[in-house]
Amino acid sequence: MSSVPVARIHDCRVTLGQRKVLDGVTLDVLAGQFIALLGANGSGKTTLVRAMLGLLPLEAGRIELFGTPLERFKQWGRIGYVPQRFGAVSGVPATVEEIVMTGRIGVARRGRAYSANDRDAGVRALDSVGLADLRRRRISALSGGQQQRVLIARALVNDPELLVLDEPVSNVDLASQESFSETLGRLPESNAVLLLAHALGVMQPLVDRTIVLDEGKISYDGPPGPEHVTGHEHHHPDPHSVR
Amino acid sequence: MIEVFQLEFMRRALLAALLVGITAPSIGVFLVQRRLALMGDGIGHVAFMGVAAGLFFGVSPIVSGIVAASLAGAGIEVLRERGRTAGDVALALIFYGGIAAGALLTFKSGKGNQVLGYLFGSVLTVDLRDLSTLAVAGVLVVAAMTVWRKEFFALCYDEEVARSSGLPVRALNFGLAVAAAVTVGVTMRVVGILLVSALLVLPVAIVQQLTRSFRATVLASMALGGALSVGGVLAAFYLDTSPGPTIVLIALAAFFAAALLSRRGVGQTAPGSA
Repeated sequence: MSSVPVARIHDCRVTLGQRKVLDGVTLDVLAGQFIALLGANGSGKTTLVRAMLGLLPLEAGRIELFGTPLERFKQWGRIGYVPQRFGAVSGVPATVEEIVMTGRIGVARRGRAYSANDRDAGVRALDSVGLADLRRRRISALSGGQQQRVLIARALVNDPELLVLDEPVSNVDLASQESFSETLGRLPESNAVLLLAHALGVMQPLVDRTIVLDEGKISYDGPPGPEHVTGHEHHHPDPHSVR
Repeated sequence: MIEVFQLEFMRRALLAALLVGITAPSIGVFLVQRRLALMGDGIGHVAFMGVAAGLFFGVSPIVSGIVAASLAGAGIEVLRERGRTAGDVALALIFYGGIAAGALLTFKSGKGNQVLGYLFGSVLTVDLRDLSTLAVAGVLVVAAMTVWRKEFFALCYDEEVARSSGLPVRALNFGLAVAAAVTVGVTMRVVGILLVSALLVLPVAIVQQLTRSFRATVLASMALGGALSVGGVLAAFYLDTSPGPTIVLIALAAFFAAALLSRRGVGQTAPGSA
């Protein structure tokens, strides 16, 4: 069972407008792997995970999740997704708990209130990011770093086997980044993590495989090297990636 | 005060106002959540065409207004789904088309006076047939918004994550658009097409300054919507003003009062369940 890749991406191509955003990407995500997917803005990282989650149509290629072709995949509770967001604030007031529970929506019974089981899962997820005490707070009363952890808790609420995080620390301070990396370090060994970032930064000790995307193609796939820690500008003298 | 309730037309008006006042924020809260607070206005443009068509062809203007608004709501959803840039101009085309066609039909039918009642609301002329339409539509909308509240909340909070959780996003989006359209259709009878959005949005805007949870915001805005509408109709009766604008102006005053309270920290720091 563990031999089936968590995600299998084969020769994927995505074109948005006139631009080839993914140009033949092939990779397997294995159970227990902590993968950092690095690349400059516009390199195709977000597009790759959005295609993998069925949020964008493929132009060509195949994707399998847990051995099932994407088109037929239904067990979305096995994947936790943290999209890139600026904070977790809602257009209308909402408590931390209400936000976290939205992660449970695919698992909970439709047209009913959340069950006691659902609620317990919510509290456990908040506990795992150290925010259980704040669950009745209004989300806007939390700091940016805390809001980011709320979104992680939302992705953890179904105990997913694959956690996908799109630049989770690009907008929070160093202290929050460190507490965030601690949170990820506490995940079970069997969990696969796909972390999108510009550079490894404080996550470096957790990462066991680095994939670098460059203009829609994989330019590196292997163990993390020192050049991945602070950025890849030296590696790829691409004017777009220089800040 | 008692004499108001002895008047048949006032009893009907108050009941209509209560129904609409409760229904409008139940869907409005999701529009605000999605930052589509002005969507009600857009749908209203097309509802106007429906009303004019109803008067022209001699069918119930509320029903034809609701039908036209629902088609507009579904159309807007299709455009929203396809992406923003082209959708924006297409929305404008739908809205102006609605107003122009409505105006044309109004002139042709020669029923300008009745159309005016729908533009600014004429709750005092609500008859039993209108009232039963309002009741059925209102109960359906409130029931749908209550039964699937957690699904609609997840959808409006983060559509992408909702989709990647396996939620039937498309069906829910259409449900929401049609529910919004039906609400616009019934609300216009009370406050008028031009002020429809006020009743969808203002109760939410008022209470959200004082609430912490989504649940509390939904329940409080529905209660407040009902109270403001009934209060507005009563005030209009005694002040001899027009009910629709009276409701909206009272709601605006309540908004500023809530803003003052919230600046003093009411609701933000108070512990306990929200």
